[in-house]
Amino acid sequence: MKQDTIVEVKDLCVNFYTNQRCNRALRNVSFSIRKARTLCIVGESGCGKSVTANSIMQLLPDLGRIESGTITYHGEDETVHIEKLPRNGRKMRSLRGEHIAMIFQDPMTALNPVFSVGYQIEEMIREHLELSRARSSEHAVKLLRDMGVPLPEQRVKEFPHQYSGGMRQRAMIAMAMACAPKVLIADEPTTALDVTIQAQIFELMLALKEEKQMAILLITHDMGVVAEMADDVAVMYMGNIVESGTAEQVMSSPSHPYTRALLDSIPVLGRGKAQNLEPIRGTTPDPYNRPEGCQFEPRCDYATEICRHQMPPEEFVDTSAGDDTPHMVRCFNCKELTHV
Amino acid sequence: MSDTREVLMKVEDLKTYFPVRKGVFKRTVGHVKALDGVDLEIYRGETLGIVGESGCGKTTLGKSVLRLHNPNGGKVFYAFPDGMRNILELKGGELDEARKRLQIVFQDPYSSLNPSFTIFGSFDDPLRKFGVKSKKERQRIVEKLLSDVNLPGDYMMRYPNEFSGGQRQRIGIARALSVNPELIVCDEAVSALDVSIQAQVLKLLRQLQSERNLTYLFITHDLSVVEYVADRIAVMYLGKVVELADTEELFMRTLHPYTQALLSAIPIADISKKRKRIPLQGDVPSPVNPPSGCTFHPRCAFATEKCRELSPQLETFTFEGREHHVRCHYAMDFASRPQGSHQSIQ
Repeated sequence: MKQDTIVEVKDLCVNFYTNQRCNRALRNVSFSIRKARTLCIVGESGCGKSVTANSIMQLLPDLGRIESGTITYHGEDETVHIEKLPRNGRKMRSLRGEHIAMIFQDPMTALNPVFSVGYQIEEMIREHLELSRARSSEHAVKLLRDMGVPLPEQRVKEFPHQYSGGMRQRAMIAMAMACAPKVLIADEPTTALDVTIQAQIFELMLALKEEKQMAILLITHDMGVVAEMADDVAVMYMGNIVESGTAEQVMSSPSHPYTRALLDSIPVLGRGKAQNLEPIRGTTPDPYNRPEGCQFEPRCDYATEICRHQMPPEEFVDTSAGDDTPHMVRCFNCKELTHV
Repeated sequence: MSDTREVLMKVEDLKTYFPVRKGVFKRTVGHVKALDGVDLEIYRGETLGIVGESGCGKTTLGKSVLRLHNPNGGKVFYAFPDGMRNILELKGGELDEARKRLQIVFQDPYSSLNPSFTIFGSFDDPLRKFGVKSKKERQRIVEKLLSDVNLPGDYMMRYPNEFSGGQRQRIGIARALSVNPELIVCDEAVSALDVSIQAQVLKLLRQLQSERNLTYLFITHDLSVVEYVADRIAVMYLGKVVELADTEELFMRTLHPYTQALLSAIPIADISKKRKRIPLQGDVPSPVNPPSGCTFHPRCAFATEKCRELSPQLETFTFEGREHHVRCHYAMDFASRPQGSHQSIQ
């Protein structure tokens, strides 16, 4: 474990049980969230990005269960094994919000429409910090001001429906920041927003990272966001992290066939009409009827016999660079691929 | 350049307002000016991209030119075989004739197919309406259409819930093609799809265009996509077109401050490219009560007194033989600056 690791996830497996069927949503997922760095988890819908985020917060639905693996939170003076805590126990409730905070994709459904924004922020403050009513309402105004909400004294009294999409997301971030958490988990925070508003929210998140030395776990499906925001990247496909490393490693020298295919299939601004988009053939498999070996094998151009029967182990490529985030790939053929 | 191309559709000063009703008697208290004077020309065989943020009126424009909304003012001329006629004045059978030439592909492939109809059922009505009498013949046509969008023909007896998002969107495209249209409005046709599927649909659209000489009005909020598909791009802001030019021209010589900010805000999936952002303050103003003068002035870094008072007109400039339409008082100042430098101005 590195000095600056705050949350360490190791070999996490999460299953969902529905109608006597079992969906192995996460299979041996390992990564670490580090201080003052942004880890982006990127993947298509249904690959397990949000399940990962919700497992860390113990917010999985009742049907979902952490089957094996560990989630360790390294606090200033304590080490907590999150996976062992009862879901709604005292310890978990104090971790949520105070140490690890989360913001969601759709701020309108994440905020309670019948309480004012100020009330909802104060609720958070009073739950975790022992502040008086007057002090906590002052704190709420200050938080909104810090997040760039104009006229915060007036806006705290307003309700979520009176806020615009971008402002609602700012209010959500204000709420998440209320207790100065060490880790911020952002689950597609800007997917519902316009690009100009997205840029504003990202600016804000970057400033918070720099200022408060906060660790960020950003979940996204947009490779553009990854290139813009990430220090470290983990690419997920069907419940596995298939490739991870620094943004530089993964984006400039992608080694997993899926990462390559993903990067080849998106139009990139500035490349014009001449660029050749290569769609990934086929579709993502049914989670209840998964391929036996490597999950990407049926869609992979480089698949060999062994891919059909076995899940490739984590392999490290390019360790010579001595970077402290190793470049991990789950592919039997990645060595050959690096020369293609 | 433009005079060599045939104008397929000409939109003049198109206005679509939606009433805002309040109170017990549902009195009209104001109007959402979704389209507030749009002028456009669409040439045969091209792809015209319409981009803008949510609420700028892009979808309303797409629906208004098809008469899915009834515009309050303006004209939409369409090149019928017997000459240009205003679509907004057509009635009955004439309108049907126009609808046969104009089709739409919707954003959400889940809600645009009727779940209780088989795929054949969804295709059947338009085909019958447009005169294919025998059922055998209709089945043959549907089979052909499905194979055109790379789906097996026997899928026509299945129901929409059996298909994935990408397949449904291809079915949506096939349905639009069923009456052999000339112009297809693609309303955020790839926005709801995952990136790997998005590429399939984009390639398909391009291929169909070259095979059938289709014209697309491609509405999207994603500038990376529009750069890939469009020949010309119109940027909309609060119900008006603020900039319109050839794709290359627009990206090379961005003249309107809004387009500049929009371009700089887009995350680029290329780590080697680091740009300076032009931060835009605040949100899009309410279209019920748009700002005076240039509607972009409250968020514009270059706004002056003139912008606050006087609404700029869509002016046409020509650079190296290419037309460039901009709605900004200071467009010429941006144009005279050295290439690309305005991208880094704060």
